[in-house]
Amino acid sequence: MRLLNLIKIAFKAIVLNKMRTLLTMLGIIIGVASVIAMLAIGEGSKESIRTTISAMGSNMITIRPGADDRGPARGSGGDVQTLTLKNYEVLKEQAALLSYITPVVNGGGQIINGSNNWPSTIYGVNPDYLNIKVVDLQSGSMFTNAEVKSASKVAVIGQTVVDNVFPDGQEPVGQMIRFNNIPFKVIGVLEEKGENTFGQDQDDVVIAPYTTVQKRILAIDYLNQIMASAVSEDDAPDAVTEVTQILRTQHKLMDNEDDDFSVRSMEELISTFSSTSEMLTILLVAVASISLLIGGIGIMNIMYVSVKERTKEIGLRMAVGGKGSDILMQFLIEAILISITGGLLGVILGLGSTVFIEKFLHWPTSVALYSIVISFAVCAITGIFFGWYPARKAAALDPITALRYE
Amino acid sequence: MSKEIIKIEDLKREFTMGNETVHALKGISFTIKEGEFVTIMGSSGSGKSTLLNILGCLDRPTSGTYEIDGLKLKDLDKNALATIRNEKIGFIFQSYNLLARTSALENVELPLLYNSKVSTEERRARAIKALEKVGLGDRMQHTPSQLSGGQQQRVAIARSLVNNPVMILADEATGNLDTRTSYEIMSLFQELNQQGITITFVTHEPDIASFSNRTIVLKDGSIIKDNLNHKIQSAATELASLPTEDN
Repeated sequence: MRLLNLIKIAFKAIVLNKMRTLLTMLGIIIGVASVIAMLAIGEGSKESIRTTISAMGSNMITIRPGADDRGPARGSGGDVQTLTLKNYEVLKEQAALLSYITPVVNGGGQIINGSNNWPSTIYGVNPDYLNIKVVDLQSGSMFTNAEVKSASKVAVIGQTVVDNVFPDGQEPVGQMIRFNNIPFKVIGVLEEKGENTFGQDQDDVVIAPYTTVQKRILAIDYLNQIMASAVSEDDAPDAVTEVTQILRTQHKLMDNEDDDFSVRSMEELISTFSSTSEMLTILLVAVASISLLIGGIGIMNIMYVSVKERTKEIGLRMAVGGKGSDILMQFLIEAILISITGGLLGVILGLGSTVFIEKFLHWPTSVALYSIVISFAVCAITGIFFGWYPARKAAALDPITALRYE
Repeated sequence: MSKEIIKIEDLKREFTMGNETVHALKGISFTIKEGEFVTIMGSSGSGKSTLLNILGCLDRPTSGTYEIDGLKLKDLDKNALATIRNEKIGFIFQSYNLLARTSALENVELPLLYNSKVSTEERRARAIKALEKVGLGDRMQHTPSQLSGGQQQRVAIARSLVNNPVMILADEATGNLDTRTSYEIMSLFQELNQQGITITFVTHEPDIASFSNRTIVLKDGSIIKDNLNHKIQSAATELASLPTEDN
């Protein structure tokens, strides 16, 4: 009953000072809204990175020769020639957690078509490559296992290569090109993939049977790497272990010897990128929290002024029987009402601006429930805390002094 | 023998200012009985404000006893004093002290908001009755800025009546009003007093004192005069004898 009266009194004071209340709330509203929107942007970019990476083949596993080069300097992995076709064959046969596997040999060179030429990289692989990289052909066809076996001089090229060596809009499929003076017949064009997350042009490639590249271009018998894909993304870590075991046996390594190859899955990459965007999110939230804090200080400011301005009124309320605790409660309720209303409006504005960002700026966003809960809680707590101090000051006023205050 | 509303014995109030002690009240004793209309007079610095604060339970004496309506105030804490102010005393101030931008009715309701024993309906009904008593039954929704000084003071009087106090305490209640309006207000006070309400009125205007039935004069913290007034003037008659304003 008594509390209800106090809520009525506080509510009346708020309504009587609409403009002031609104301006006070503005700080809280903007604070809460920015926390929600910033977190939504942060979460959204994290999710978008994950999607990009899985489009690149999130269950992809790369096996490179040489020891894990993440430790102290141990020489470049490419210099070591520990991966062989034999390794590939054994893995293909024994690794149960791999669905696709291809040897990879690669080298740079000049592509020539008539008077046009273009520097690019040739990748010698088997037909599994397309499945591992999750890429399709836009025209023509992929070479077959038979063509791999016979080391046929056929190639599938990326769009960037097409643009540079077939500038007149000629149909490339069926044409002959030369790579380091070795003639290849173009049998297919890769679907355009654009730049990947790391800024690499994924369309600037020539793909040919690994046998052809090994024998005709590089004249090597080892492999630069082996690419495979795990049965599923979840199986990727187990597949890494499995591959490691098989290769250690193959390479006849003792227990105390380090691996002379390295196996990596995209999982690590994902976590690296997630943590980067996590940092970004934390930064954004820090900035937003400051505005929330400033909103809280705004409440304190207004409550403080309001107490000063209404000193005489407080004196009167005390004279007609208001206790110190009543005055404290009145001002506290005022602060609570302002911060809660402001918080709610902030949530609405935050969600609204998130939708706006998504729709009109086309930024990926994702509203996390926790961001709403946290920002609302923080706003309520700062509002109440910053309202409490001036309210306590009001409650401690001496009624005589308050009444005589001008 | 009517009931004693206020009983003061050897009341002293001292203020310490730095090393000096100011004796604002130097041992005052008096009793106010139910139905009395007492004016307390004195020049500034006489201690009348200090006395008023103590009578109004806004301040506590340094020594001496103070009883209001049979309650000893000596050992009561701040909250208990607030309750006494709420239930036993009606305050009227020189500057009305109404809440701005708040209707007369809501202003009058204010003391009852701090009394949890009074329901919303009863609060409203009592406020309406109090406003009718002071002749503002048709001005209940007006805010202070829409009322004249005299009307504002009437609202304040209604506010002091709404909690059915044992005593009304008025502090220079006519100090901001012109002669005509202050006579109107005094005539209202006399009317209320005739209905049995005890009134203590602090003033420094002798003509106001002539409307009361007893005058206590303070000087330098002591009572120098405590007279019963045998020829009480009627404020209503005085009002009628004032030259009519040409409006």
